[in-house]
Amino acid sequence: MNTRPIHLTVNNQGYEVLVPEDATLLELLREEIGLTGTKEGCGAGECGACTVILNGKPVNSCLVMALECEGASVRTIEGENADGELSDLQKAFIEHNAFQCGFCTPGMIMSARALLDTNPDPTHDEIKEAMEGNLCRCTGYEAIIAAIEAVGGIQK
Amino acid sequence: MTTATTATLANKEHRYIGKPVKRHDGFEKVTGQAQYAGDIKLSGMLYAKMKTSPHAHARILSIDASRARALPGVRSVITGEHGTAKVGIYMQDKSVIATDYVRYAGEVVAAVAADTLRIAEQAIELIEVEYEPLPALLDVCEAAAEGAPLIHPDLGSYAHSEGVFFPEPGTNIANHTRIRRGNMEAGFAEADIILENTFSQKQVFHVPLETHVTIVQWALDDQIKIWCSGQSPFSVRDLFAIGFEIDRNKIEVNIPFVGGGFGGKAGIHLEPLVGLLSRAAGGRPVKLVPTREEECATLPCRQGQFARIKTGCKKDGTIVAEAVEILWDAGAYADYGVNIGRASSTSACGPYYIPNVCIDAKTVYTNKLFGTAYRGFGHPECFFAIERQRDLMARELGMDPTDFRLKNMLYPGLTTVTGELVTENTGRPDKCLKSAARMIDLHTPYTEAEKAEMRLSGKYRAKAACVLQKAPAMPTWSASSALVQMNEDGSVRISVSGVDYGQGTYTVLQQIVAERLNLPIEKVNINRSVNTTLSPYDWQTVASRMTVICGMAVADAADDLKRQTLEIAAIALRASVHEIALGEGYVYVMQNPHLRVGFDKLAIGYVYENGNAIGGPLIGRGRAIAQGLSNLDPETGQGKAAIDWTYGAHAVELEVDTNTGDIEVLQFANCLDVGQVMNEQLLRGQTVGGILQGIGCALSEAVNYNDQGKMITNNFTDYKIPTFKDMPGEIKLDVVQTPQLDGPYGARGAGEHPLISVTAVIANALANATGAQFHDLPLSATRVHAKLEELREGQVNEIAEGMENFEPTACTA
Repeated sequence: MNTRPIHLTVNNQGYEVLVPEDATLLELLREEIGLTGTKEGCGAGECGACTVILNGKPVNSCLVMALECEGASVRTIEGENADGELSDLQKAFIEHNAFQCGFCTPGMIMSARALLDTNPDPTHDEIKEAMEGNLCRCTGYEAIIAAIEAVGGIQK
Repeated sequence: MTTATTATLANKEHRYIGKPVKRHDGFEKVTGQAQYAGDIKLSGMLYAKMKTSPHAHARILSIDASRARALPGVRSVITGEHGTAKVGIYMQDKSVIATDYVRYAGEVVAAVAADTLRIAEQAIELIEVEYEPLPALLDVCEAAAEGAPLIHPDLGSYAHSEGVFFPEPGTNIANHTRIRRGNMEAGFAEADIILENTFSQKQVFHVPLETHVTIVQWALDDQIKIWCSGQSPFSVRDLFAIGFEIDRNKIEVNIPFVGGGFGGKAGIHLEPLVGLLSRAAGGRPVKLVPTREEECATLPCRQGQFARIKTGCKKDGTIVAEAVEILWDAGAYADYGVNIGRASSTSACGPYYIPNVCIDAKTVYTNKLFGTAYRGFGHPECFFAIERQRDLMARELGMDPTDFRLKNMLYPGLTTVTGELVTENTGRPDKCLKSAARMIDLHTPYTEAEKAEMRLSGKYRAKAACVLQKAPAMPTWSASSALVQMNEDGSVRISVSGVDYGQGTYTVLQQIVAERLNLPIEKVNINRSVNTTLSPYDWQTVASRMTVICGMAVADAADDLKRQTLEIAAIALRASVHEIALGEGYVYVMQNPHLRVGFDKLAIGYVYENGNAIGGPLIGRGRAIAQGLSNLDPETGQGKAAIDWTYGAHAVELEVDTNTGDIEVLQFANCLDVGQVMNEQLLRGQTVGGILQGIGCALSEAVNYNDQGKMITNNFTDYKIPTFKDMPGEIKLDVVQTPQLDGPYGARGAGEHPLISVTAVIANALANATGAQFHDLPLSATRVHAKLEELREGQVNEIAEGMENFEPTACTA
């Protein structure tokens, strides 16, 4: 497999990496850069575990080709607690017990972050709508909604 | 908005038991720092890929892997041509890799380890396998019938737990468990009404978001290291050692953070396969990350079930006899599956007293994906059948289904179907049922205006309530052990080998130790990962047994640490042990509280001013075993099957759109008799999660195959689990707390129970809303709509009359 160089910004850090031509953004993050917080649940864009924020928008990184990300800005779960302190969302997830096994959690938090970026105080139904693409088998979702609502409430 | 309605349950007598303690692993999990098996990279690591059978049943004629072996970058290729070990837990019927036959589509026939995953994928395509396709047995009833072609002609030679499982060689029946009580003929003769029904359920998937990721390094001298996403570190070690005849001491199993299990990661799975690849590659570590498609088609699922229930009742609603025959659709292998048939038999009639009972549970091979443990261990399936049967019988009797249940309930003083006496401390299904019914106002009829609105819109609402029960299903000898060691600063660390893959077990264990030692919870740490060389023994993390059995082990270890601490403190304080007591992180003389010595001064040895030292590092050790369990009598099934029964009940109100068949769960209530709430927030998390998983089983989840036996639901497009949009409108929870005498602080397990009976209560409410009596699942919109169309053609006005058939008597709650 041929490799090609790519330049991009991840969590405000610049990277230049060689990636296989058919690599996904998920593979680039996990295997090349070593940011393993982002998870793969299905590889088909159906579960949301690999959600990252690409140029301001949430995407399933398993569906984005790495080579399409030349010059892009990516935010992952590792950038969520940027200043060495947990973000409001991360604190709310802990406070509300909004995770169990934790495998879907990075994707959940990134989807929720993208939602709050555009809609700082979402309603219950808006949260369900925005988060529908993120699957969780453990929690039954109730606590995740509570956590996101709590942050929305704070921001308001 | 879904609201929390659980009453505040904190017990004032305790400092940490029942108190709102946050999960221990929050920081790692919300930051992405938690390391799962898939996140591990080792020096020299190779990447594996599996080649699987496209046929549901075939003879392997030849395998040509020469081109794969010749591909640059390929370091090992394995096939089953020369035979291989059978590795398993209860019925050793499954080879590590298919040898002469494949018995399900998706079975592994070859595997490759290469420098990169891309090379491994390429190599797999170069392996040529020649098959002679054989007829596939896809229906469990056909497979169980006399004269059916045999899927395992060698069944009689398979090693299994003797006296516990009863295979029937010469058939496809891998185990036949029998429970007998009373006299069936006399029992049915007493009955005024006899009702016989059949129920069937397809296989379903566990769907952990993380697949069965496995890394193995099988180095020279059989030094083996395993890192896997598993629930059972010591079972992996044990079964690996038995399968390959290797000393336990040469095998080390590491379990990092685990991305969900639900039973599907209990026992042993890909570890032997990946191990063989590593050995063949000269001992380099090999990593296998199953794709979602492989997780669905190759890794095990929940078994399917076909049940026939015949119930005899007197006119007053007394159940006098019940015969239950269950055919478990094991799929191609019944290694773990035989125990599901055995264990769930003890619950097959539910928490009811029935004097004459005959239960036959047969675990039957078919040419489908094989089944394994799944949250509830056969009970969700048994309770769909039995709790549907209860509503159908109540309908025959013209009796309110709740009254019918309460009349026959298992009250203290009565005995279970295996002859176990129910005591005042066993738990109270009747109280749970009344509570669940009350939470949704089960017995408040809809007003005429509401009914008119339903007729107008075609959206019919109805309610129903069901009970549930389960005890841990495990060998009589299943045990846990624990260490609690004191650190230099007087804090403590707990070591156990139960795995916390999200349930919150570790947090509850921390609470127990903090309570026991009167330490702030922040000073009580617990291992995040498990290592079988460093951590004390535990059988498996299954069966809702951790809070109870591992809980008792850590309590024992904390008490042991406390004894040692007091012993050294007594010397240091120049007092007798009975004159001193534990403060918060120190020991003091009761008569002179200012005389004290800190834990930090005792932790690794007490040192006098002149340098003399006594004691040494304080290490508490504890253990617990499933005390008093017995094997069940082979002929009658009588014996002690359970250490603790957790009873519960669900109630639901749903709305069926008869125009489309869509079901919306408006409100869902659950009440469990947990003995003692250990952590309300964690309990709610487990309960809500279990309910939604159950709703998935009720409304959308089923593994489907084409007529050749090839799976057609091997991804999230074709196999839908509940999303945010499938949440009930409201979830209401309550608990009953009848203390379990031998549980820690009276607690019982509750991890599996929320999922049990969810399918039944929804199907019963659907029947009440529309008259549509489903005997199978899932209740998808398409299937419900089709059934309603049938009803419309057959019996005009039947729809919406369903609920009126059940004008309830006054609520007995």
